[in-house]
Amino acid sequence: MLRDITLGQYYQTESVIHKLDPRVKLIATICFIISLFVVKSWIGYAVAAVFLAVVIRLSHVPFKYMVKGMRAIVFIMLITVVFNLFLTPGEVLVTVWKIKITREGLQQAVTMAVRLSFLIVGSSVMTLTTTPNSLTDAMEKLMKPLKVFKVPVHEVAMMMSIALRFIPILLEETDKIMKAQIARGADFESGNLIKKAKAMVPLLVPLFISAFRRANDLAMAMEARCYRGGEHRTKMKPLKYAARDRMAYGVLAAYFAVCIVIRIYL
Amino acid sequence: MGIIKADKLVFEYIRRDEEGNVEGITRAVDEVDLDVQQGDFIAVLGHNGSGKSTLAKHINAILYPTEGTVWVDGMDTKDEKDLWNIRQEAGMVFQNPDNQIIGQVVEEDVGFGPENMGIPTEEIWARVEESLKAVGMYKYRKFSPNKLSGGQKQRVSIAGVIAMHPKCIILDEPTAMLDPNGRKEVVRAVRALNDVEGITVLLITHYMEEIIHADKVFVMDKGRIAMQGTPREIFSRVEHLKHLRLDVPQVTLLAHELKKSGVGLPDGILTVEELTQELMRLYHV
Repeated sequence: MLRDITLGQYYQTESVIHKLDPRVKLIATICFIISLFVVKSWIGYAVAAVFLAVVIRLSHVPFKYMVKGMRAIVFIMLITVVFNLFLTPGEVLVTVWKIKITREGLQQAVTMAVRLSFLIVGSSVMTLTTTPNSLTDAMEKLMKPLKVFKVPVHEVAMMMSIALRFIPILLEETDKIMKAQIARGADFESGNLIKKAKAMVPLLVPLFISAFRRANDLAMAMEARCYRGGEHRTKMKPLKYAARDRMAYGVLAAYFAVCIVIRIYL
Repeated sequence: MGIIKADKLVFEYIRRDEEGNVEGITRAVDEVDLDVQQGDFIAVLGHNGSGKSTLAKHINAILYPTEGTVWVDGMDTKDEKDLWNIRQEAGMVFQNPDNQIIGQVVEEDVGFGPENMGIPTEEIWARVEESLKAVGMYKYRKFSPNKLSGGQKQRVSIAGVIAMHPKCIILDEPTAMLDPNGRKEVVRAVRALNDVEGITVLLITHYMEEIIHADKVFVMDKGRIAMQGTPREIFSRVEHLKHLRLDVPQVTLLAHELKKSGVGLPDGILTVEELTQELMRLYHV
């Protein structure tokens, strides 16, 4: 049933990583991704792998969920690897017909593959352990300084969380409209791509109309409940750093320092 | 002056063609006078297009009167500086439960109103707990609204309004999209609020069964108040109600038909128990 779909890919369980402040997780993910591009040697990648493995272990999320995220990028990874492998000039290792594989190419390809897979697994850890809602909260809080430049931070965050709330409702509605159209003889399945795209028009028009109507109703309901933007607003669940969040920042800083040291000296 | 007062309230919708010229004017509300006392349970009846929802939106300052004035707790709704006070004191529940729930978790949605009012965090939690308990939805506080039934969602919406501690609640056809069970749940919750918490209720509906317990009923037709009185007075006038394209409860209709064919029953019978009692009295069973 469509209404049961979960967004993002949050994995519900109790763990230290789940309990961390979403801001810590967001910053940690960004730092981890940067660190992957800071280190260049095998020792550096080994350190990153150990860090990632410890975090995964602590999160209590089964490893197969992390790998799931990889499937989406297998194709991109393959292209990157192939291009790097065959098109990097340097010391030739093997020559097959006109294609040369160089030592540098091989090195580059393996590095790229490792970087990409670490990147995907690393960000999956964040999305698997943080609800979309608390991620939005974290972004709102972290981007608050941008308010000085007149960036409507609160409004953007509110829009994101409303969008998240309405995705299941709109999906259900799509399903309903589709069935109603099928009952009246619409055909969404057969034909080539262009024909299929054309068949979507009678689905999209009513969907858009109803989405606008909903938006109008929701805006009225929000105003009726005294919503007037981010000013004077208090939070029911304010984000507060606990001792474990400060510790996590400490660990993160240590990890990042190690990465930089490895880059410089090894 | 009562908590809600309207004086010669007129609201006109102006229809315009593509060039912006006035095509026609529809009077949705036409010279309505209203005086509601604190603690009353008021029902507003009317078929589609009778202007009852338009009237409701005036009390929450979503629409402003074309002519006349509306006061909520002594504040003129046209007065911009009192806008947020009015919206806090006169909470509004709408028809479609899906289009008024903002939070992704029940408790977050109930906290939305107090958050907007700038209530401190600890008090928000206290209010959320108290309002969810008042509508009997406390054990669902961690649920996603998408997993609830229509009646439950509508009770969450009501909790979201009472968390703002309003003096009165306006419910704009809250049961129109619900099944019979959901309707009963919602009506029971609303009656409890009125009885226990003493909140003034203005229930807009076209279901007759829901108005039986009201203190006063207004029947609207073509933007005007066509009838007003206690439910018993209203239901005594079956012919007039039919003329306004409204159904009467089946028991009332049965009693009315019996009376027409010569049985000596009183006017305005509302419940099955009443009818059985009257019949037993008549035939000395």
